[in-house]
Amino acid sequence: MCLGIPGEIVQIIPDRPDLAKVDVSGVRRAINIGLLDGEHLAPGDWILIHVGFALSKIDEEEAKAALAFLEGIGQAYADEMAALRDSTIEKG
Amino acid sequence: MSDERPRAEAARDRDVPGDREAQVLERIERARHRKARVREERINLSHGAGGKATHTLIEAVFMEAFRNPLLEPLEDGAIVDGFAFTTDSFVVTPLFFPGGTIGDLAVNGTVNDLAMCGARPRHLSAGFILEEGFPIADLRRITETMAAAAEKAGVQIVTGDTKVVQRGKGDGCYINTAGIGVLDRETRLSVSAARPGDVVIVSGPIGEHGITIMLARGELDIEADLTSDTAPLSALTGLLLDACPDGQVRFLRDATRGGVATILNEMAEASKVSVVLEEDAVPVKTAVRGACELLGIDPLYVACEGRMVAVVAGPAADTALAALRSHPLGADAAVVGRIGEDPPGLVLLRTAFGGTRIVDVLVGDPLPRIC
Amino acid sequence: MRFVDEYRDAQKAQALAAKIASLCEPGRHYKFMEVCGGHTHTIYKHGLEDYLPETITLVHGPGCPVCVIPMGRVDDAIHIAEQPGVIMTSFGDMMRVPGGHGSFFDSMAQGADIRMVYSPLDALKVARQNPDSQVVFMAIGFETTAPSTAMTVLRAKAEEIENFSIFCNHVTIIPAIKAILDSPDLRLDGFIGPGHVSTVIGCRPYEFIARDYGKPLVTAGFEPLDVLQSIYMILLQLVEGRSEVENQYSRVVPYDGNRRALTAINEVMELRPYFEWRGLGFISHSALRVRERYAAFDAERIFEVPGGRVADPKACQCGEVLKGVLKPWECKVFGTACTPETPIGTCMVSSEGACAAYYNYGRFARERVKEATTR
Repeated sequence: MCLGIPGEIVQIIPDRPDLAKVDVSGVRRAINIGLLDGEHLAPGDWILIHVGFALSKIDEEEAKAALAFLEGIGQAYADEMAALRDSTIEKG
Repeated sequence: MSDERPRAEAARDRDVPGDREAQVLERIERARHRKARVREERINLSHGAGGKATHTLIEAVFMEAFRNPLLEPLEDGAIVDGFAFTTDSFVVTPLFFPGGTIGDLAVNGTVNDLAMCGARPRHLSAGFILEEGFPIADLRRITETMAAAAEKAGVQIVTGDTKVVQRGKGDGCYINTAGIGVLDRETRLSVSAARPGDVVIVSGPIGEHGITIMLARGELDIEADLTSDTAPLSALTGLLLDACPDGQVRFLRDATRGGVATILNEMAEASKVSVVLEEDAVPVKTAVRGACELLGIDPLYVACEGRMVAVVAGPAADTALAALRSHPLGADAAVVGRIGEDPPGLVLLRTAFGGTRIVDVLVGDPLPRIC
Repeated sequence: MRFVDEYRDAQKAQALAAKIASLCEPGRHYKFMEVCGGHTHTIYKHGLEDYLPETITLVHGPGCPVCVIPMGRVDDAIHIAEQPGVIMTSFGDMMRVPGGHGSFFDSMAQGADIRMVYSPLDALKVARQNPDSQVVFMAIGFETTAPSTAMTVLRAKAEEIENFSIFCNHVTIIPAIKAILDSPDLRLDGFIGPGHVSTVIGCRPYEFIARDYGKPLVTAGFEPLDVLQSIYMILLQLVEGRSEVENQYSRVVPYDGNRRALTAINEVMELRPYFEWRGLGFISHSALRVRERYAAFDAERIFEVPGGRVADPKACQCGEVLKGVLKPWECKVFGTACTPETPIGTCMVSSEGACAAYYNYGRFARERVKEATTR
């Protein structure tokens, strides 16, 4: 229901600690980070943007773990397919 | 539609869910081909966006009044006595934007409409509607860019008109251009000429102009290093038509309002063919994609002013690509899809994710969305 | 794009699809509801159903804030927009949504000053730039969007901006899910939980679904692999006889949500006793209004709104579609009388609505298209 896009903080705007300049694949906008008070955001952090506000800080560790899971089953599937191909070739 | 009837009738007897869905789809297709009717009592912005609303307005108001064999094909221009003839009006805000001005658009837009007919653009008219109070210096800037664009495209502006409206009744400056071009090649291009086995080519990365304008208005407060793609495409079409003679090029259209998606829908409908696009193959610049993701817009619907779609016979695909890539404006040209037989009138997209979906005509302008 | 492209990988999708197929009990049919319209959009936009066995049906839930706004509220908003000296501001999503007498776009054609904004903060900027106008922000959205509206009101108060108010139509997701769970004609096997709402409310509010109704819920991200993985996680729960709340979207959603955001909502807004949802009817405690102490920023108090009700057309079967009893194409008026250009019901008004998504992206006979799309 709500479009949320990940972006990378490139700068916390001086004099405005509740605003950060955020980069989304080469496009930049000032994003309000007031809802992430206490997260100690810094350039290089990734946040989820919704209607000009940062709703959450993206957890790199969790992202890594999730990708590892996906890559794991992707690899297992690829191996299985390869094995299947080999066995059909042998049979053939 | 008639060959579908037996299938639908058989389905009604059996009442299989998949077939029931097919019946509904047929019913929808019939509804979509009903005579266009304008439901609104007044013009709204959708009527100018190039999507379904524009189409309905043209069919129900203009075509009703002006119908004739030259107008009826609704191509980019009309073919009259060996000439291609076209007109276009330009109402862009802001008038000056990264990569161009309203003047560039006014020249390139008409040049491109002529080029898409397969013609060599020759002569343009320019009509100005100026608002009281508009700075002469700005007008000079516009006319200078028009002169430069005309020179680049090898056309002359040979006639014109000026009108001034009261302050508040115009947006500074509107321009209308009309143009004629010489048709000295054999190939006759048409929106209804695509055939199964043909390929769809786009001449470069899409959507840059539309996103540049959207950002240049400043309301979205988004910055990006993007410039409008406005450019004359007549050199490119010349190369393509010379490399692929004898009707191997079926159809050309510059992807302006409504973007690539709208053109392909018009073509699929007119040629009674299907189009299968490969999402992965469609060239989109990184920043255009970023802006589109952020704003919830699909780049396939975003306007370009210097990109075209070409439908070319399958065996000529490589020759066509080479011809386009030999010109700087076509350096990133790519085959993005192919023409099939079934289902006629439908544009399908194989997504990068590996799924399938429809690419439909948009109702109005693509709007930034939050959900 | 980081955190986007890696979740759109076709090869991993094939692997997940194989896992999903292997978990399905032969002969059993599964119905999962994606609560959130964003997921509906993802499913159709990426063609995700191509990866699912026919025995899995995805039911498109009520989580589209544009779709659920009753027509009477749209009329009220237009009434406000048409008052002299008012500038109405709105997200692009609302511009084409019809009330009983047309949409924002139609109202603009009649002379109303209605402007599209990307953020409620942009609406506040319009107020700063137009001190002689009353600037109203058409506030819509679930708990995802409500904090941004609340923060904007707080900012307006801090800056003592007197010509800014909001027309509050924020709704809350849990009562809607509960209404669906309690509807008698429903049979669902599990829920794909709304990811971005959960960044704010966290995952705990869903626990009653697993505990009291025995249905698994997996909070999911919005890329197609996220959704596929969530379906896999729900199936795994079913196979293992569990019904739990799990979080597939842990890279973005903290299990406890965003306390700061909840505080902001609570400061500015309070629950309405009841609110009408298009397609679902009146649901108690399912929407937010501006608190008394922020009355100066409440368009409902500043302007007299007619507050009329517009009944959904009789032919419309949106309620059944929202509950998954009917598929979009099974509705009597789907695609003929009711299309994205001339929407009759709630599911057709926004690109996230189940019917609009099906019409725009999925309106093709899979069997016929299979031939066309395979080389």
